Amino acid sequence: MAELTLVEAVNRALAHELEHDPAVLLLGEDIGVNGGVFRATLGLQQRFGSARVIDTPLAEAAIAGVAVGMAAMGLKPVMEIQFSGFIYPAMDQLINHASRLRNRTRGRLTCPMVLRAPNGAGIHAPEHHSESPEAMLAHTPGLRVVIPSSPARAYGLLLAAIRDPDPVVFLEPTRLYRLFKQEVIDDGEPLPLDTCFVSREGRDVTLVAWGGMLHEALAAAESLASEGVDCEVVDVATLKPLDAETILRSVEKTGRCVIVQEAARTAGFGAEIAAIIAERGLYFLQAPVRRVTGYDVVMPLARLEGQYLPSVARIADAVRKTMEAE
Amino acid sequence: MPAADKNAKLADVAGAAEGAQAEGGILAFTREQELSAYRAMLLIRRFEEKAGQMYGMGLVGGFCHLYIGQEAVVVGARMSAKSTDQFITGYRDHGHMLACGMEPRRVMAELTGRRGGYSKGKGGSMHMFSREKNFYGGHGIVGAPAPLGVGLAFADLYRGDGSVSLTFFGDGAANQGQVYESFNMAELWKLPIVFIVENNRYAMGTSVERSSAQSNFSMRGTAFNIPGRQIDGMDVRAVAAAAREALDWCRAGKGPFLIEAQTYRYRGHSMSDPAKYRSKEEVQRVREEHDPIEQVRARLLAGGIGEDELKQIDAAVRRIVSEAADFATNDPEPDPSELWTDVVL
Ligand SMILES: Cc1ncc(C[n+]2csc(CCOP(=O)(O)OP(=O)(O)O)c2C)c(N)n1
Ligand SMILES: [Mg+2]
Repeated sequence: MAELTLVEAVNRALAHELEHDPAVLLLGEDIGVNGGVFRATLGLQQRFGSARVIDTPLAEAAIAGVAVGMAAMGLKPVMEIQFSGFIYPAMDQLINHASRLRNRTRGRLTCPMVLRAPNGAGIHAPEHHSESPEAMLAHTPGLRVVIPSSPARAYGLLLAAIRDPDPVVFLEPTRLYRLFKQEVIDDGEPLPLDTCFVSREGRDVTLVAWGGMLHEALAAAESLASEGVDCEVVDVATLKPLDAETILRSVEKTGRCVIVQEAARTAGFGAEIAAIIAERGLYFLQAPVRRVTGYDVVMPLARLEGQYLPSVARIADAVRKTMEAE
Repeated sequence: MPAADKNAKLADVAGAAEGAQAEGGILAFTREQELSAYRAMLLIRRFEEKAGQMYGMGLVGGFCHLYIGQEAVVVGARMSAKSTDQFITGYRDHGHMLACGMEPRRVMAELTGRRGGYSKGKGGSMHMFSREKNFYGGHGIVGAPAPLGVGLAFADLYRGDGSVSLTFFGDGAANQGQVYESFNMAELWKLPIVFIVENNRYAMGTSVERSSAQSNFSMRGTAFNIPGRQIDGMDVRAVAAAAREALDWCRAGKGPFLIEAQTYRYRGHSMSDPAKYRSKEEVQRVREEHDPIEQVRARLLAGGIGEDELKQIDAAVRRIVSEAADFATNDPEPDPSELWTDVVL
């Protein structure tokens, strides 16, 4: 057992799969000699060779397309895109090919590939270095979208993603890469995909979050506890397919829900969760569902970043308003 | 103009190479032209050194990609261009902006995220523009400036005013597919565009050898019938000569032209770069044997210019840079309400 950061846990999961499954290979820009921008693949090329840990030229669209071809042949490519904002050039291959291979071949082929990318704010850089494009991806039929919130969940969910027969977009919260360490048992045990985790139990209100924002939600829950408000916190973890049952069960218990999302507000993934609660859990509610989100603006440079990101204070405020409503 | 005034201006070198004789792949610069090149390159060098220091002090937010070592590329190109031509590049853009005559203080203030920056302190190092100076960015997506530059060139041809789009990108960017889609359109429509590949041998930590099947980038347009020149991008006279040839080609209506400027970046890719992919000796060798600024300095001294005059230039450059740094340190940060400006809501 070892105390690992999230980025180290990713590294262990990759190493585990490379070691146990010859079909697994990694490809991406600067992942070999350099070990990746965030060093997620550090040492893996030395250990597994450059035929399996492949430094590619700068070419996101082709990297994604090549991965689809590899996957069609039964290989299990895990591609790294340096920042989630650079997924956009690969979107065509992801949406038009990766996500549809199974359906288009009527099940004769599947596409067991994983696209990993750092996601969200965290390095004080604007725009494409701090994007949160998960809703666009979750909107695409045929893709799984997974966002871990801790080292242990990153390890277990990444194992499951690599073993899954369908394409998985695995978005790693940049902000959490080295934020804290956690016990991770490197035993090859996956965590279930398509499952939400209850990260904190509570009676009064359900906070739903994923990735980096889970920690803001937990911190808000902590501070609200001193005011006598008992929050339950749900870590969505797999956005698509969504485990609505876990969220609905929690809302049934608490009767109140605040959804926290770092991405811009309009048509964000929080809206999907709110819609599901409206469809299937309306009568559980004692107050309207609230969302705390990023704004509908382009992610700015460092000095306005704090202004943009949902803060503990903004979340706590939303919870208080929810508690006041009758 | 007295020397002191020129030193104080130091900015745009557009057209400075005019009249220089072409011989043996270079433009034979007059002393005045050598001095223009020297001032402009030195300003970029000192500006970048200061930007690096400010980054180290935690004053610069986000990324900071320094142009040190590559100064001759943009300065040589600018000296043969007109101020009405458009310049567009990627994220290693500070040098391009200074060569286009953009204000050092406003570039620096953008790095530090201040109100007076070219993007109001919201864009940072990679994203600045100036319509007045025909500088169209400043783009963070590697390879994307190529088609954008083709669009600029399309507008040039459409308006028929004889302007040319100078579109810069790196050796790494040259492997992006959209670059070739751009080459095809540019030649098909005979657009006035000069593609300039700044081959500094590395894309982040990946060397050209490890990423490129055809590492002679000047031949990358061959399949589209785009003429190419591979040149010593550390010699500002060679860049100016190739740029003049390319610009004449474009202005004569013959379509695009490709230049591969072989150059080198001295610093890391960005400010956080472990530099495990190359040796210290390699960097040292280029600095000692090929430095673009030292070459001009040596020629000026050999031509009889006094150390004094060069010292005056040095002092003037340092003044501009330290004034820029002061401004960038003391200018106020953007108001929080700026989050909601210049965006459709
Ligand atoms: C589409 C895209 N992919 C990846 C990156 C990350 N990235 C930024 S610069 C760079 C290397 C580019 O190298 P090159 O084109 O040679 O230019 P240089 O940095 O040497 O000036 C990479 C991979 C990016 N900004 N955009
Ligand atoms: Mg390069």
